[in-house]
Amino acid sequence: MTTQSIDWSSEILAAMKAREITTLCTIPDGGLTRLINLVSDDSDMRLVTLSTEEEGMGVVTGQWLGGKKSMIAMQSSGVGNCINALGLPSALRAPCLMLVTMRGQWGEFNPWQVAMGQGTRPALEAVGVRCFPVDKQAEIGETFAAAADFAFNSRLSAAVLVSQRVIGAKGFGQK
Amino acid sequence: MSTATVSTSNKLARRPFVAELLKHRDGALVVPGLGSATWDCFAAGDSPEYLYSWGGMGLAASTALGLAMARPDKRVLCLTGDGEMMMGIGSLAVIADQAPQNLALLVLDNERFGETGRQKGLTSTRADLCAVAKGFGIAQTMLVTEQAQVKDLAQFLFKTPGPVFAVAKIALSEDPWSLPEKDGVTIAHRFRVALGIEKA
Repeated sequence: MTTQSIDWSSEILAAMKAREITTLCTIPDGGLTRLINLVSDDSDMRLVTLSTEEEGMGVVTGQWLGGKKSMIAMQSSGVGNCINALGLPSALRAPCLMLVTMRGQWGEFNPWQVAMGQGTRPALEAVGVRCFPVDKQAEIGETFAAAADFAFNSRLSAAVLVSQRVIGAKGFGQK
Repeated sequence: MSTATVSTSNKLARRPFVAELLKHRDGALVVPGLGSATWDCFAAGDSPEYLYSWGGMGLAASTALGLAMARPDKRVLCLTGDGEMMMGIGSLAVIADQAPQNLALLVLDNERFGETGRQKGLTSTRADLCAVAKGFGIAQTMLVTEQAQVKDLAQFLFKTPGPVFAVAKIALSEDPWSLPEKDGVTIAHRFRVALGIEKA
């Protein structure tokens, strides 16, 4: 795992707190470990571990209906599981904020990740999700904040796509 | 000869069963699944506290979970069909893990995909939803087969500390169309107005 020379996970947590986003739903990815641990260790935050990513669309929509803000973090392969489910927040005009760490692109070792990795952004855009790609650690925090404001101010779906170039390709013990 | 549309031995008539149950909801918010569960709620009498659904199959339980987490002061009932529940079955594990005390689920189980031609569903043979819920960690479950159980069911769903999970074995029936508002923005707006989150 690539170390975070810039602590973008803490920046995201701070941006969440500044916007009263108090719940993080997730199916984890390696690059999300620090953020998930930060949320898990924070008594003001709630972590919801899902069984499949599309449940996150239900949880965040239900939370918004009840007056609370929440979001979903996942690996890009999980985006494929979400496509029909993204119709729920869309139909209700509920905000849906997604943080996606990319696989199947920069330096991918596992060919099984490639199809969904390449298809992540087109699939999201095909169902009306505004994508905010970012490939520099220094820009993750501000990009996340911008996407969050877009989602909650406009009551639309937005996805921050964090490049594999930032996270680092999983090596499976390869040198 | 296809057996896809043979009748079940289930006895409960869904419309009077749901109507009687909802008389006891005592301000609970209701998240019906798409299709017949939504039609049943509307047929029982319209309410802004019903979050009607016309899509997103598999998401009723997770939506109800999010709502229950956001509003611990309100009881929340997810009322859905067997096919809809099966599609989101893993949500029961998430609900058990989060353990909201104000959340109840009721599956109206006619063992068929009612909206698409009554094709047999997976609960028509061996799948036991109460056993699944228990296996995922929802300790309190109830199986209902008789109309006379509706008051006990209401007590279970609306008063027992949650999360609680029930299955009602309902008969196949031909019910008149009962279609509520389908514009999601309108449904969400009046729901949030009823909760005091948005202005009318």
